[in-house]
Amino acid sequence: MISRKPALREVYVWQLPVRIFHWVNAFTITVLIVTGFIIGDPPAIMHGTAPEFNYWFGWVRLAHFIAAFIFVINLLVRIYWAFAGNVFARWNNFIPLTRKQINGIFETIKVDVLLLTPKPVYDIGHNSLAAFTYFGLLLVSIVQIVTGFAMFSASSNAWYAPYFEDLLISMNGFFPVRNIHHILMWFFVLFVIVHVYLVFYHDYIERNGVASSMIGGWKFINDKVVEQFLSEEKENERLEVDRKIEQSELKEDINA
Amino acid sequence: MDTKNKTFYQELMEKGYSRRDFLKFCGLVGGMLGLQSTGVAQIIDALQTKPRKPVIWEHFQECTCCSESFLRASHPLVGQILLEMISLDYSDTLMAASGEQAEAVRAESMKNNYGKYILIVEGSVPLGSPGYCTIAGRSAKQVFDESAAGAEAIIAWGNCASSGCIQHARPNPTKTEPVHKIFSGKPVINVQGCPPIADVMAGVITYILTFERLPELDNMGRPKVFYGRRVHDTCYRRPAYDAGLFVQSFDDENAKKGYCLYYMGCKGPNTFNSCAVIKWNNCVSYPIQSGHGCIGCSEPNFWDYAPLYSHIPNVHGIGIEATSDKIGAALSAVTLGGVLVHAVVTNIQKRKLIKNQMDDISINTEEYERQKARMERERERIANQESRIDNESEKTN
Ligand code: HEM
Ligand code: SF4
Ligand code: SF4
Repeated sequence: MISRKPALREVYVWQLPVRIFHWVNAFTITVLIVTGFIIGDPPAIMHGTAPEFNYWFGWVRLAHFIAAFIFVINLLVRIYWAFAGNVFARWNNFIPLTRKQINGIFETIKVDVLLLTPKPVYDIGHNSLAAFTYFGLLLVSIVQIVTGFAMFSASSNAWYAPYFEDLLISMNGFFPVRNIHHILMWFFVLFVIVHVYLVFYHDYIERNGVASSMIGGWKFINDKVVEQFLSEEKENERLEVDRKIEQSELKEDINA
Repeated sequence: MDTKNKTFYQELMEKGYSRRDFLKFCGLVGGMLGLQSTGVAQIIDALQTKPRKPVIWEHFQECTCCSESFLRASHPLVGQILLEMISLDYSDTLMAASGEQAEAVRAESMKNNYGKYILIVEGSVPLGSPGYCTIAGRSAKQVFDESAAGAEAIIAWGNCASSGCIQHARPNPTKTEPVHKIFSGKPVINVQGCPPIADVMAGVITYILTFERLPELDNMGRPKVFYGRRVHDTCYRRPAYDAGLFVQSFDDENAKKGYCLYYMGCKGPNTFNSCAVIKWNNCVSYPIQSGHGCIGCSEPNFWDYAPLYSHIPNVHGIGIEATSDKIGAALSAVTLGGVLVHAVVTNIQKRKLIKNQMDDISINTEEYERQKARMERERERIANQESRIDNESEKTN
């Protein structure tokens, strides 16, 4: 038997809302891609019976719309959680504003995309590159939602439909909006291919349990990485306290 | 002089129409506009009492299909309304006069009715060489500017004037533009379509004359009464669409059964127009009823959204012309291939890591050091600032 006893620690990374979001998102995107593809290019399922005995295309569209609503609500909850959740769920993971994140992106490209060194990059939550692509996914999702609801306005009499109809008309009508919506579907397809592969890849080479972490929430992380993380966190807290003191002193000075 | 102030009703009576014809027409237009019976009464009243409106009708880059359309209107009076109700002072296609005479009439009418006439524009205005469209020695743009200056409102007739139609299609060789792109400051109504339905044209004019205001417009300037619903939502083949029963080729069994033309590229789901409600040529039929899909003629730039006979959009401008689905599938295949190559290279490059034989599985210490140095600097900065503040407060004390 081959075995090894590494210095690993279990870290609770993905809180329950994040995990629920992930799987609901995965499920709805799958449904949206499949039903969307059928709407765009319907297969010839001809029952040969008269229209009044059939409704399959209508059901496909209904499935698309139901999945769309779940997709949107799910995303809204996740956006809320980006402000209420733990450090790994926080919004600032996804936008590379710090030097550390920007370095991390290049580092990840070097190590995991171009495979230039055998050494892994260690992160507890998302690596910087992955997190940034999720930000891209958010933007594409927003475009998809806006164009989707703009088209949906024509078959809906909900209170918000007139606003989306105005939006649709301002965007030059169905033609461009439908094309954008259609073409962006392929972005989701490409994303899914790469995303799923990378999960396999990381679990294969690093054995930190990324794949199952989206189920249970826990990851196995190298002891040193956790130490570093904790010390950085402490440092950041101290700096934060220092800054606050500095500010209050400044205020006192101004008042004096 | 007196002829100018005649009402539409008087004009019709002189032409030998009966009052019954007149009332039928009012009922028809009222119905199309979705008015209540009081509204119809208002129309009857207006057409009997109000003097006709002076109209200047300009033709620029176009095929005259809009004029053709109303000449083939459903109700005989629909055509008449354009020719009689409004007093058509200048229309180079329809008027009997020509040359200098015609131009003189135009100039006089524009002078006498300054600020009161309605300008109807048929065709788009090329901004490239004036040679692309010149009338009586002046470029379309000059002619347009002149007539627009004194207009009360502008009606852009048809897709050309509303969004440029085929001459505006990529790459737009004559740099032509629709009215709303080259003019602002006065209300512009886009009566869309290639051509618009005659009854829609008549309805818009009657509305303006009766209520002395413009009908409610959507964000593209189209009257909502006529362009508020999609062809698809009013199409009689819609049940076949929902049932997924599609014509697979124009000569198949399904075409005979009258199934939905979606698969054949019908753009009814993209198109706001009332073809399926009002219909064409004496309310006989409309394109889908005769077995051909809608091509989306009342939507801006509809020519650019090729192909006509499929829903899957073409992608232009990347060197190849292909449908977005072909490109998407190719990209997916390339990505899958890339992923496979990546997996192979991973097994070679990272074999030590995979086999757990890496002696130094340490974390990236360089980054750790850099981070530490950064924090050090930040701490120093804060310390410096504090001492500076202390110094300053000492000084002020
Ligand atoms: C992951 C996100 C989504 C994907 C991948 C997706 C994909 C698609 C595709 C491929 C089509 C067919 C377009 C065509 O006719 O060529 C479509 C149609 C449509 N989608 Fe989506 N969609 C998504 C999200 C949404 C959302 C959030 C809505 C909002 C309600 C929405 C509403 C619609 C509507 C209204 C149509 C037109 C259906 C019709 O013609 O009756 N979609 N979608
Ligand atoms: S024929 Fe065209 S407009 Fe009619 S239901 Fe089918 S897709 Fe819609
Ligand atoms: S069915 Fe479509 S293409 Fe045909 S006239 Fe009506 S809007 Fe234009």
